[in-house]
Amino acid sequence: MLNASLKQLATQLLEKKISSVELTEAFLKHIKSLNPELNAFITINEEMSLAQAQVADKMIASGQAHPLTGIPVAQKDIFCATGWLTTCGSKMLSNFVSPYDAMVIERFNQVGAVNIGKTNMDEFAMGSSNETSYYGPVKNPWDTLAVPGGSSGGSACAVAARMVPAATGTDTGGSIRQPAALCGISGIKPTYGLVSRYGMIAFASSLDQGGPMAKSAEDLALLLNVMVGFDGRDSTSLQRESEDYTRDLEKPLGQLRIGLPKEYFAKGMSNDVASAVEAAIAEYRKLGATMVEVSLPNTMLSIPVYYVLAPAEASSNLSRFDGVRYGYRASRYTDLEDMYKKTRAEGFGAEVKRRILIGTYVLSHGYYDAYYLQAQKLRRLIARDFTEAFKQCDVIMGPTSPAVAFNLGERSNDPLQMYLSDIYTIAANLAGLPAMSIPVGFGGKNRPVGLHIVGNYFKEARMLNIAHQYQQVTDWHLRAPAGLFEAK
Amino acid sequence: MTLSVDDVKRVANLARIEINEDESKQVLAQLSGVFSLIEQMQAVDTSNIVPMSHAQDMIQRLREDVVTESDQHILFQSIAPQVEAGLYLVPKVIE
Repeated sequence: MLNASLKQLATQLLEKKISSVELTEAFLKHIKSLNPELNAFITINEEMSLAQAQVADKMIASGQAHPLTGIPVAQKDIFCATGWLTTCGSKMLSNFVSPYDAMVIERFNQVGAVNIGKTNMDEFAMGSSNETSYYGPVKNPWDTLAVPGGSSGGSACAVAARMVPAATGTDTGGSIRQPAALCGISGIKPTYGLVSRYGMIAFASSLDQGGPMAKSAEDLALLLNVMVGFDGRDSTSLQRESEDYTRDLEKPLGQLRIGLPKEYFAKGMSNDVASAVEAAIAEYRKLGATMVEVSLPNTMLSIPVYYVLAPAEASSNLSRFDGVRYGYRASRYTDLEDMYKKTRAEGFGAEVKRRILIGTYVLSHGYYDAYYLQAQKLRRLIARDFTEAFKQCDVIMGPTSPAVAFNLGERSNDPLQMYLSDIYTIAANLAGLPAMSIPVGFGGKNRPVGLHIVGNYFKEARMLNIAHQYQQVTDWHLRAPAGLFEAK
Repeated sequence: MTLSVDDVKRVANLARIEINEDESKQVLAQLSGVFSLIEQMQAVDTSNIVPMSHAQDMIQRLREDVVTESDQHILFQSIAPQVEAGLYLVPKVIE
């Protein structure tokens, strides 16, 4: 049951073979047995989860079931949920019990899904290893010496370890896809503007996008059906006709042109990742796809561009944490300004402070044109590269991460090395394109490898079809780390 | 471009983050690394490129000028560090 797909779980619930309360209890038990070792969750609240499960059981009994009714979903601790501690991985919000629901939470509540807990994450989603969390690092369930990736590391770990059937994440520069790759699960960042940012604690607002993390593309499609939708409370929410993201899953691939960016395959990728990605591409050839060489010449600039734009937006977004209205406040201070400074010095961790300082600097007088404006211009060049590439292909494929998961502590003192691990994922955020990662095998030390699939705007259904068809002929997405299901 | 410890202190002050001498030096070393990466941007000629501030070309939506929020100050202030008589308390600003 812990390894079942969302569809299988829904069927069992509908046929009354199991109740949502029983299902929730089973996953909570599994969470409690594994979490002391893996640290994937910051908060679990059995009472609140079981209360939701009881409501779900009533919905099912009265014939009002939605495909996700009664199914436990873990929520990244960046989503505000009424009555739940919502920390964003930070000391700054270590006492913040949210008085309201994020749109994403609201939508899951409406369909009767069960919030089974809040997952660990890099502080304010700033990190690629989950090591910047105030609540301590998450471990990779495939190898507990390794990082799970970040920033949605808790969600990725929880799905990989089968502590939950599905989870949410957010992705500003790769924070859904990179941990999905490193933990051997599937994850998708939709087109910017599809999932409401209301109640999703802001990092870099022009890049942040929520999305689902689960075992398979089919599960992602079911989750996206819930998460996507217009919300007037998010000024960048897109008003579009609603889509059924499962509609194309079973279609054959047909004429599929896969673009392989020559820059991605030229250098930078480790050998084990390269061979797993090449094997996946060979599988797509067997499925009838044709390969096209494309070029994304400005892609290598996406890291410097990102490390100007994201910190700039973050420095502005995080100015709200001042110790006045909610969250942490320093205990000793002399005057108002001292209160701000001590609160922020004590409440933020080193990486968050670093990014606030970078952002403040690039936006400060005399530097704006050289950094912020230049970065915005390059952002357009990066987005244009994709527009050109999509004239020749339907999707672009490559590795999600240049290497398999690194060891805990290996890069935590070297921010620059850490930043470089997001080389393949950042460009999709800058362009606002949908992008996903699916598991395609294992590399060194038997650590998972992810395949990155970037689609054109609003092509999520096609991308999920492409991923699903691969998952029909392979079983990487069904593999779970050994030894997890024995009682501990 | 070279950053100095004074730059770090100035920016920390702008960001309202207290920073001591040792931290400033540490941060300086890390920021210098990051800025050497960022400098790569300067090699590209972007003179005719329109800056892209957002992923979607969209016009700011307008809404009716009507009240949509209810008064929830008691709920919201229940999680504030210090409140009195419906007001958020901070150290005295004006003598």
